[in-house]
Amino acid sequence: MLRGGKALLVLGLLLLLQLTVDPNHYVSRVLLLSCFSVMLAVSLNIINGYAGQFSIGHAGFYAVGAYTGASLSHFGREWMEASLGLASFPAWLADSAVLLAAVVAGSVAAAVAGFIVGLPSLRLRGDYLAIATLGFGELIRVIFINIDRVGGARGFSIAPINSIFWIGLFTVGIVWLSRNLLNSRQGRALQALRDDETAASVLGINITSYKVMAFVLSAAMAGCAGALYAHFDGYLQPDSFNFIRSIEIIIMVVLGGLGSTTGAVIAAVVLTVLPETLREFADYRMVIYSALLVICMLVRPQGLLGTSEFSWASLRSRGKETGGGLA
Amino acid sequence: MQEFLQQLVNGIVWGSAYALIALGYTMVYGILRLINFAHGDVYMAGAYVAFFTAGALGGLAMGSPAGALVVMLIAMSGSGLLGYGIERIVYRPLRAAPRLTLLIAAIGVSLFLEYSAQLAFGSEPRLFPQLVPARTVVSACGVVISNQQAIIVAVSLALGLGLQFIIHHTSMGRAMRAVSFDREAASLMGVNVDRVISFTFVLGSALAGAAAVLVPMNNPQILPFMGVQPGLKAFVAAVLGGIGNVWGAIAGGLLMGIAEIMVVGYLASSYRDGIVFAILIVVLIVKPTGLFGSPVTDRA
Amino acid sequence: MAALIQAVQVTRAFGGLVAVNSVDFSVRRGQMKALIGPNGAGKSTLLNLLTGITPVTSGDIIIDGSSIRGRPAFHAATLGLARTFQNVRLFENMTVIENVMVGCHSWTRQGIASGALRWIGHWREERLIIEESHRQLGRVGLEAEAGADAASLPFGKQRMLEIARALAGHPQVLMLDEPASGLSTRETAELSSLLRQIVSEGVTVLLVDHDMQFVMDISDEVTVLDQGRTIAEGTPEQVQSDAAVIAAYLGTEPN
Repeated sequence: MLRGGKALLVLGLLLLLQLTVDPNHYVSRVLLLSCFSVMLAVSLNIINGYAGQFSIGHAGFYAVGAYTGASLSHFGREWMEASLGLASFPAWLADSAVLLAAVVAGSVAAAVAGFIVGLPSLRLRGDYLAIATLGFGELIRVIFINIDRVGGARGFSIAPINSIFWIGLFTVGIVWLSRNLLNSRQGRALQALRDDETAASVLGINITSYKVMAFVLSAAMAGCAGALYAHFDGYLQPDSFNFIRSIEIIIMVVLGGLGSTTGAVIAAVVLTVLPETLREFADYRMVIYSALLVICMLVRPQGLLGTSEFSWASLRSRGKETGGGLA
Repeated sequence: MQEFLQQLVNGIVWGSAYALIALGYTMVYGILRLINFAHGDVYMAGAYVAFFTAGALGGLAMGSPAGALVVMLIAMSGSGLLGYGIERIVYRPLRAAPRLTLLIAAIGVSLFLEYSAQLAFGSEPRLFPQLVPARTVVSACGVVISNQQAIIVAVSLALGLGLQFIIHHTSMGRAMRAVSFDREAASLMGVNVDRVISFTFVLGSALAGAAAVLVPMNNPQILPFMGVQPGLKAFVAAVLGGIGNVWGAIAGGLLMGIAEIMVVGYLASSYRDGIVFAILIVVLIVKPTGLFGSPVTDRA
Repeated sequence: MAALIQAVQVTRAFGGLVAVNSVDFSVRRGQMKALIGPNGAGKSTLLNLLTGITPVTSGDIIIDGSSIRGRPAFHAATLGLARTFQNVRLFENMTVIENVMVGCHSWTRQGIASGALRWIGHWREERLIIEESHRQLGRVGLEAEAGADAASLPFGKQRMLEIARALAGHPQVLMLDEPASGLSTRETAELSSLLRQIVSEGVTVLLVDHDMQFVMDISDEVTVLDQGRTIAEGTPEQVQSDAAVIAAYLGTEPN
């Protein structure tokens, strides 16, 4: 739960970071990169963990968000400056406005893609759905390669807007939304259909619309991350949104524990920061990841955390049970 | 017209390789209901085995049909062995696990092979030696067919027929069909399920190994990630033909090869990968059982 | 009096096998009705047809005045139908209370935005859901296990949990598929008294079973199905003395 006081605390902290930390410093770049991993892993967890569907084309939604957001700010900034009088605003405000518009556009475009990709999930299950989402992901990549306006295979350069505040805020926001979803009427319906579709439908849960909803929501979050990433890096290339990128996100979700947002967050941060700090092992990185993935399936297929979640409340109640009085 | 015929020939040659790889997917899916993501990488491993074998044999392997055959047999054995090992070490312990667990493990194995190959052999492409020097064998109506293209199609056809014979006219083939139909019942009837599954992996992987020697005749670059796209496309070919169906895989592979070459010839090479996945999605949505139906009923 | 559930000339074929053959069947409001028959008589198929899980081949099913023919499976639930399954189908990765909370789905209304953004409506409704779930768990004697994993319960308690989950949706009709199978004598007695209490609260109950004894003790009216057709209908006494019923039971299954 993140209300009142906590929300203000987060806002204040992010503002402080924004004002005091150089976003292009090596350490902050690594931490911001792990924010993107967190957004991607947490959003994929909604499809693969909560709803029990299996998508392996998540990088496609990320790409849609990134390209849409980047296009909006690249082609639309002048218009926004002219017609909204953005030029007269202070630079940080104008940047924020452009970035927010890009995030909204990226999320909406990705949500539409999610809706289209979600439709086959009504007919396909398990590995067939997986392969269909893979196809969509690759198709999206091929489409961007063939759009000359956004650079095609050469890549697309835009003016970067690197903001610790906004990246941090959307990361926290996505984690918060995802956690809230889990303990809500809709989240329970998703988990129910994951465990038993027939039993869920008999209780009045419209399986069809819930599956599509999971795809739309998850894609929108990935699209938001994509739009932020485009402005963080300032350069997009279709091939960086390939199948391997999707698999990296899956590894985070699976190792963290399918269905556990906490697990997804931890795995995303660890698997982003670790390779950066162990540069000398860079060549071994994916060998180790893939071996871990296989070993994890053999030894602990539910992932590190299973479906359990971290919460302050459970820590407190555990404290009481063991007689440890914190009060 | 002439150009179209030439493209068609090229497409059939290109598709033969997909067909060989697709056979491995279709057999493994038929028997385990598993998309063996590592299959494309078994193909890649076969190419490296062939590359090093040809290098070791040196002049012996060049130019003589016998030498080329030896290289192919060794590549097939290498791939077959790898397929056996993967099944034995990873898939067998997971046989009772949920299918998603198996799928994730397969993805893991695939990545492991790719990045291990990159570590071992570097990421620069290696140039595969010409086992059979190119020569034009047919040149009619402006359509040119090289001896290499003829070999690719002939060997693929022979292997396809051989596989068909094994499945329908040997006791192991009968056991394979039995296990694919109902594993539990087959085991109760005295079929050694473990052996049948191992055999299926060895056979399917060996076919990928054969493809790995044939394809470089056309396109001599070999790379650690060379198996990814052909693997995906061969899988699409298997789905297109009706997964679990041997002739379906061959037909699907040929169609896929033709479609790809035509797109490159008449549209743009950058749409090459797109057409394959567009076909995949249309097939999955419109007719998930594939063009030629299949014995697979359970899609859950 | 109008029937709450009415099956009109319902037929369902699986390939060449006709599992349910032109059956007319109805359940009146407030009744405790039983559907019995030997194994393979088509009882479970008929139940799946009534709840819309399996589509009918021909005929029609009318629930509370509206047809469910061609409607998706969740539609029957919105008309007030709830059911349990022969081999208990719980949400195994969820806790006991979460299972029952899912059961509240059909009468709750909060949308995705409300839940994800924690609007006031979410909290208000969540409180109702939790209260209702605890009430249902208390009724089946599972209050103490509320926080446990559903899969960890012993079989008898899993059945009770499934009933609590079905009741949490405030159904007009509760359909139970072989609820007594796998239960001990004591558990069966508890189940009987629970079912009587449910009927006394105004919920209509449809029981499907092949165990004559359990059914005869508590039902108002019994329909007997054999080989996909209705062979008898009436009070438990009438049915028990019916020659066709005796023949069906003795002829196909000695007990």
